[in-house]
Amino acid sequence: MAMTITEKILARHAGKEEVHAGEFVTVTPDFIFGNELGTGLAIEGREELLQKRGIFDTSRVAVIPDHFTPNKDITSAELSKTVREFVRRYHVGHYFEVGRMGIEHVILHEKGLVVSGDVIVGADSHSCTYGALGAFSTGVGSTDFFALLISGQLWFSVPETIKVVLKGKLSKWVTAKDVVLYLVGLLGADGARYKALEFHGDGVRSIPLSGRFTICNMAIEAGAKNAVFPADELTIAYQKGRAQRQPVYYEADADAVYCDVIEIDLTSLKPQLSCPHRPDNVKPFAEAVAGKNLPVDQVFIGSCINGRIEDLREAAGILKDRVVHPDTRLIVTPGSQEVYLQAVEEGLVQIFIKAGAVVSTPTCGACIGGHMGVLAGGERCVSTTNRNFRGRMGHYDSEVYLSGVPVAAASAVLGRIALPEELQP
Amino acid sequence: MSELVFTGTVRRLGDFVDTDAILPAKYLNLTTPEALAAHVLENHAPDFRKILHAGDILVAGRNFGCGSSREHAPLALKGSGVACVIAESFARIFFRNSINLGLPVVELADAGQLAEGHTVRVDCGAGLVSDETSGKTYKVALFPDFMREILKAGGVIPYIENQR
Repeated sequence: MAMTITEKILARHAGKEEVHAGEFVTVTPDFIFGNELGTGLAIEGREELLQKRGIFDTSRVAVIPDHFTPNKDITSAELSKTVREFVRRYHVGHYFEVGRMGIEHVILHEKGLVVSGDVIVGADSHSCTYGALGAFSTGVGSTDFFALLISGQLWFSVPETIKVVLKGKLSKWVTAKDVVLYLVGLLGADGARYKALEFHGDGVRSIPLSGRFTICNMAIEAGAKNAVFPADELTIAYQKGRAQRQPVYYEADADAVYCDVIEIDLTSLKPQLSCPHRPDNVKPFAEAVAGKNLPVDQVFIGSCINGRIEDLREAAGILKDRVVHPDTRLIVTPGSQEVYLQAVEEGLVQIFIKAGAVVSTPTCGACIGGHMGVLAGGERCVSTTNRNFRGRMGHYDSEVYLSGVPVAAASAVLGRIALPEELQP
Repeated sequence: MSELVFTGTVRRLGDFVDTDAILPAKYLNLTTPEALAAHVLENHAPDFRKILHAGDILVAGRNFGCGSSREHAPLALKGSGVACVIAESFARIFFRNSINLGLPVVELADAGQLAEGHTVRVDCGAGLVSDETSGKTYKVALFPDFMREILKAGGVIPYIENQR
């Protein structure tokens, strides 16, 4: 029987000829990882079991301290220390210390530790990001991560797949972020619950890998288990000289079974805004703003969804020879040290600093209201991140609008939620 | 506990309660149930923990526990002594995390019928939820055997340890 990409990858990793939606499978992932928070909780109180069992395969495990690092307070420093000691004691194969790190979902594909055809499981919900490579990639909690650490195995139900057909090509100032915001708005927060999203159509080719990572990253906001792009020449080119293992490319069978089909016309898509306080509360920009003056206290550009070099180039293109509005703070956080260095070498960091922005070390801090950009009560933020739940970036009474990079950068200059078209040339 | 039967007072929540609402990210550097319980549901309603008592049954609407995979969220509920969570539906990762921690999570399409303050009896073995205040009883799906055993053991790690 015909299979989707997700079914093919899970079948291969379960040692079966074929599997189909609804079946339970036990798989051995090619790669697993956790950040300092998920890992810290995973190993809490389980030292004895860990000592007895050890780690199933240290070469397939990464630990990335990225959420509250550089440590935001003593409690976080103690947790980072505990996690670091665990990494050393059990010889975890891949550890990215402050100064050599990146946000987990930016650094793992950048370093080629995850590749096409993999099953990848991370102790973080945005682990669905790597589906962009044509992999099965999903997030779990800390106990599942611990079970994976000691056993190398985890059970899953094979998800049904929603086929998402992308047609045409995005217009100027419309980004991959707008595609996924639109999709999440269309599906709703549980529209893809327990399901896979699989992308098709001529529009796929027009979206570079950076944009595919952005799109897959936010699949969880529609409740999806995973999201997957078919591998093409762009995928192959991206992994060349980067992949640490041999990628395996899968494509869906022509007569694979889908539970639903959604078409998105990229050509006519307009910039989208996710309004407070739910990621799926998405409206076209024009409708969300509707001519209102919505002053912005803070703009954040970065995170695992929009912290790649392409995003920073886009922001710099708008901020060059312009300055941030006097009543607004702009925080730019490169997704990894490699992205940061490249931004320095390309002169992007000079543009940000001259514009009056702060450029920070890679961290998840601002996105989760942890540190490096926490909001006060009554403040409004335009953010290129993926969640705007109440209190997500700080005070219970702060509000967050999610957008693509062009809207964020234009809003920083104009001091209100704005489109790049509104800027003086 | 081992029979998976709970009687408690209903504490109502709405649709789409996310894990940031259950346990704000700023507390993710805490790792014990007691420490996390001090902040439970703080981003849902800052004073919610004051009306939440050990043995209470949380009743929610659609997609409870959506968003972040933080297991700190169900652990905070467990640390607060929540006996069981009933919802119209659960987000995937939250459901898995709860079972793994031994926190019973019961899907009931009619969850909206269970009103704040009602006394409810949940019998996971029989697959029944009884609203003792209204006198109505609802059928719920039985847990697969392995999940019931995990819940009885108090989570998947004790379950694995008991097996050896």
